[in-house]
Amino acid sequence: MRTINSKDITEAVKKAAIEANTLLPTDIYQALQEAYAKEQLPRAKHILEVLLENADLARQEGLALCQDTGLVVVNITFGQEVHVEGSLEEAVNEGIRRGYREGHFRASVVRHPFRRENTGDNTPCVIHTELVPGDGMQLTVFPKGAGSENMGRVAMLKPGAGEQGIIDFVIEAIEMAGGSPCPPLVVGVGVGGNLEVAPYLAKKALMRPLGKPGPHPELEHKLLELINRTGIGPQGLGGNTTALGVNLEVHPTHIASLPVAVNLGCHSTRRCTVEL
Amino acid sequence: MDSRILIPPLTEDTIRLLKAGDFVTVQGTIYTARDAAHKRMVETIATGKPLPFDPAGQLIYYTGPCPGFGDHPIGSCGPTTSGRMDGYTVDLLKLGLKGMIGKGERSAEVREAMRKYQAVYLAAVGGAGAYLSRRVVKAEIVAYPDLGPEAIMKLEVVDFPCIVAIDAQGGNLYTEFNKGDK
Ligand code: SF4
Repeated sequence: MRTINSKDITEAVKKAAIEANTLLPTDIYQALQEAYAKEQLPRAKHILEVLLENADLARQEGLALCQDTGLVVVNITFGQEVHVEGSLEEAVNEGIRRGYREGHFRASVVRHPFRRENTGDNTPCVIHTELVPGDGMQLTVFPKGAGSENMGRVAMLKPGAGEQGIIDFVIEAIEMAGGSPCPPLVVGVGVGGNLEVAPYLAKKALMRPLGKPGPHPELEHKLLELINRTGIGPQGLGGNTTALGVNLEVHPTHIASLPVAVNLGCHSTRRCTVEL
Repeated sequence: MDSRILIPPLTEDTIRLLKAGDFVTVQGTIYTARDAAHKRMVETIATGKPLPFDPAGQLIYYTGPCPGFGDHPIGSCGPTTSGRMDGYTVDLLKLGLKGMIGKGERSAEVREAMRKYQAVYLAAVGGAGAYLSRRVVKAEIVAYPDLGPEAIMKLEVVDFPCIVAIDAQGGNLYTEFNKGDK
């Protein structure tokens, strides 16, 4: 048994929250640079240039990359041999609270979905835990803006729809979303499981760095090509760069089900992972 | 990029010159408002009381900024999705609002009203909040401070860059490139 003090969790989450909101992940930054080099339409090229400049400024000045510093998702892989002293949930929320205060980030969370009073400190966050063997602990802090989150979709397809059905559903979701989720996008796709697992997989897919191989690289590649052929472009104002990458995750499912979920990540797909 | 300079209050003559796809830079005063502030403004209009600012000739910027700190008058302040304001926009256009700054497509009803009342819709680069915050030199809350980041602010902007996304003649960059947007 290894004991982790909740104070250390708070400190780690605080730092990760500040870093996630001000430092664009290297893989996303590089993908934007590559897209900038390849983009043909002048307006689209100009927008990509602005996005790179935005990331540089945020890094240099400690400014939030985007004002929508999101509802934060914290994914925790939790070693079975770990004992947390104090409340894990409270420790994580306290880290978010402090990080958002110190970082001067916007409070974007309301306490109740239809009464809608702002909680004022961007908590509570959404916490997922996955139990794994061992005595390690890994936390991924993932601030997710609503512009892109609101454009996510889930469908229970018929198993006969197969790969083509998955492709059609993803493309439709992207065309419906247009410019609202701030393309160029990172597209997270979750296939399989059941009604709650597929969207979770889609969110987890967004946490995987671009270029890190997933279970179905050919399908990801095919989807990316089709998405970039839509012509939606950066900000929905036209161009060849509608998505920077597609990450797809799968899970075993029922003989009669083919759940598919799409979670759109914007060009400001922010994440920071820390080990404890 | 070559761009036309817009200094509110704007007149119909200026609006008529703008075409979808034009680059523009805004100078001077603009007002922020998003979901909750729009709801209150439209409720105020319904009761016949005056709004916190006169929208005639003005530009409303759909943003809920991060707070300012140190020598930053405002934190990150990019545009939010405009579609959520569609249901409130026509009432403001009737009062002479000349333009909105946001991101994403507008409803058919808003586009129609923009033609009727001669107004433009400008797209700012969504997610470029840090970049855009450098173009704001002064920020002051003018109404609804209880709404936190959704309060109405008066911003002084310098070279605030936008692209004309929908013009007052119905020219529309989104219908040109997006199928699904309403
Ligand atoms: S979609 Fe992303 S980049 Fe765009 S405003 Fe929302 S959080 Fe920011």
